Amino acid sequence: MALVELADLTIAFGGRPAVSGLSLRIERGDRFGIIGESGSGKSLTALAIAGLLPETATVSGEVQFDGVPLPADERALARMRGKRIGMVFQEPMTALNPLMRIGEQIEEAIALAELSEAAQTLLPGLLGEVGLEPGHAARFPHQLSGGQRQRAMIAMALVSQPELMIADEPTSALDVITQRTVLDLITEICTRRHMTLLFISHDIRAVAALCSRVGVMRAGKLVEQGDTEAVLGAPKADYTRRLLAASRMDRQAALIKPHDRPLLAVKNLSRVYQQAGFWFWRNPPLRAVDEVSFEIGAGECVALVGPSGCGKTTLARMIVGLDSASEGHMVLDGSPYRGRDLPPLLRAGLSLVFQDPFSSFDPRMSMGDSLAEPLHLLGRLSGEEQAARLREAVEAVGLETGMLKRYPHEFSGGQRQRLAIARALVTRPRLVVLDEPVSALDVSLRGEVLHLLSRLRAEHGLSYLIISHDLDMVAAMADRVLVMEKGRIVEEGTPEHLFAAPQHRLTRALMAARLPDVA
Amino acid sequence: MGVTFLALYFFRRFAGFAVTLFVAALIIFLLLDLLPGDPARFILGINATPEAVAALRDQMGLDAPAHERFFGWIGGMLTGDFGISTTQRLPVSQLIAERMAVTLPLSLIAMVVSIAVGLPMGILAAMRRGKATDTALMVLAQTGVAIPNFWFGMLLTLLFSVTLRWLPTGGFIPWDEDPGATLRGLILPGLALALPQASILARVMRTALVDITEQDFIRTARAKGLTKSEAIWRHGVRNALLPVLTILGLQFAYLIAGTIIVENVFYLPGLGRLIFTAISERDLVLVRGATIALVLVTTLTMLVVDLTYALVDPRLKGRDA
Repeated sequence: MALVELADLTIAFGGRPAVSGLSLRIERGDRFGIIGESGSGKSLTALAIAGLLPETATVSGEVQFDGVPLPADERALARMRGKRIGMVFQEPMTALNPLMRIGEQIEEAIALAELSEAAQTLLPGLLGEVGLEPGHAARFPHQLSGGQRQRAMIAMALVSQPELMIADEPTSALDVITQRTVLDLITEICTRRHMTLLFISHDIRAVAALCSRVGVMRAGKLVEQGDTEAVLGAPKADYTRRLLAASRMDRQAALIKPHDRPLLAVKNLSRVYQQAGFWFWRNPPLRAVDEVSFEIGAGECVALVGPSGCGKTTLARMIVGLDSASEGHMVLDGSPYRGRDLPPLLRAGLSLVFQDPFSSFDPRMSMGDSLAEPLHLLGRLSGEEQAARLREAVEAVGLETGMLKRYPHEFSGGQRQRLAIARALVTRPRLVVLDEPVSALDVSLRGEVLHLLSRLRAEHGLSYLIISHDLDMVAAMADRVLVMEKGRIVEEGTPEHLFAAPQHRLTRALMAARLPDVA
Repeated sequence: MGVTFLALYFFRRFAGFAVTLFVAALIIFLLLDLLPGDPARFILGINATPEAVAALRDQMGLDAPAHERFFGWIGGMLTGDFGISTTQRLPVSQLIAERMAVTLPLSLIAMVVSIAVGLPMGILAAMRRGKATDTALMVLAQTGVAIPNFWFGMLLTLLFSVTLRWLPTGGFIPWDEDPGATLRGLILPGLALALPQASILARVMRTALVDITEQDFIRTARAKGLTKSEAIWRHGVRNALLPVLTILGLQFAYLIAGTIIVENVFYLPGLGRLIFTAISERDLVLVRGATIALVLVTTLTMLVVDLTYALVDPRLKGRDA
């Protein structure tokens, strides 16, 4: 008998179906992966299995767990969920109660699982199983790193020794190295405990690495399902083929040869933060960026890689003039500056594109107004000049000027990131700093945006500084790679050389954490 | 290490408190003392003889330089000397203390009632969001905000004092004569003051809890095996109380100063009436003393709110306070 059986499941909101006619069987011991982009209905399917759909949803069809329909009574359903299903969600920061210690939150799950053993004996073992130390139990969520929080979530999901573990994008908020360790941990635990896994992701490679069976979802429908090797090795559906193609990042041809003359020189740059504390209890100052030096040539694409918290973003903020250096300076086109003292006209030569296109636009400003904002750096422009600049930028990213009257919520994620790039282009900059430009986007959109970026680079002779922890993207885009750890640059080279023969421990770890290519 | 963070946070908040008080004192002093016009003449009226004005100026020490008078005033207050009221010929500190004995318990009663009524209303409405209970409670809260509290006070008097004869219609019996009677006299005005406060609190609590209910950690709690309402009780309410805490602080500060109409309805000699009389009788010394007392109560309330935050929200400790 299948552990989970969905028969003709349809989930609708206000008459609009988000999942339609879905039938699916997950056998005991399966590791079932659901692949699909945002909005494809994959998370709703998982919530339906756990009986956690929002009250506004209308559901038809059947969900059976272990041969029995889900209990209708809310309390019975909740208790069944607590005992038989463990869940791990995407964003471990918001998925934990910020006011409760990690240990208390796990103990609550222990109490709800109604096990015979006392909570005190279970907690240390659980923490050990997910790779946390006993001391972590006394911490609050904000005192843990992203990976540790996700480990705590997994510990909580394991408490009741559930038959089914549902992991919904458990690693997409984590950096590459942490992502790999968390995925390995989930695999290891499933094997050891003979647990059935439902793994949901938009990352084909993660699903391929983890799952024995896979289903591909698109617009609420199951497009294809079967053994992972069969589906990903010889996809039948056209959509699966396209997803597979998008997951491979091809080297974007370097259409222009970079000049040797440096556009930007960073010289012994440091950013030091005073830490909280008082007189002699004061902690030593934190060197977020520590004596970093490098150059970016005109037309060059340089990538800065490193784990979360290594100082990448702090460095970028100083370069574009959002923060000032504590020591050292930068030279842009012959003019030295330390950060915020960058004069507006030079500032117009630099642009920044942020990671998340959903939060980087003011929701109450029309796209046209948002895009026109950087133009104030150029002094007073005539209305026609402004309109011409906007048209040029919007057309460069392949969108229409008519869209400028709309507001951010009317655009899809991919369109928004295009608009964010357009906003970076209106001042006709020489250097664009791209902070994780595609990591918030679905795999299928990443290729598109990267292609756009390399076309723009060729057409406008742009230089890029790409900040990322995604080595495949970096290998596809960059002329040169800088590896950063704890505020320092530890290794540097062309992607071919660096990735073929990594020298530094961190570069090797980053390489090892890469998920294998599919097929 | 957490202890040092907390100590530092407390130290900074106390320093902020002291600076706020000093700046407020400076502004009050400048407004009342250095603006054009002679305070002595202002107190005595236009028909006063020059001799009388000069005598008062001398008595008030107005001929000394401004900074001496300012620091003299501050120094006096630090030793409890707020000056002598020009109209009542009594120490300002004594006048304020007498009135505080009315206003402070009155405000506390109003706060306790509004918390006891408003918070459960808000929690219930949030849990039954979109259902009839929610709509009914929010209509009730809307009405509570709209009804003037003095009118509600008169209705209460009609019911409980005139018809049922359970409670006095008004007036104030000093605490040392019959504390029970004093308390009974404060119940109706306390209720009248609590009505709009409870209504506001219910709405704030509902909004905060609805926001929290949509947070991921409520879903996590449900995944652990809690029903939705259990998850809201155990994980939502405490998180939702954080924004409510700020509103509570503001409400208490408002109650201390803003009770004058209800004081008039119930013939209570509270702080609001004292200030009102002082202004209309041009008793600048009393106005100055009472204003600084209000500033003191308000900043003290905010200090308590800040310190409570530090104890309730662990995230504050790790951050640069």
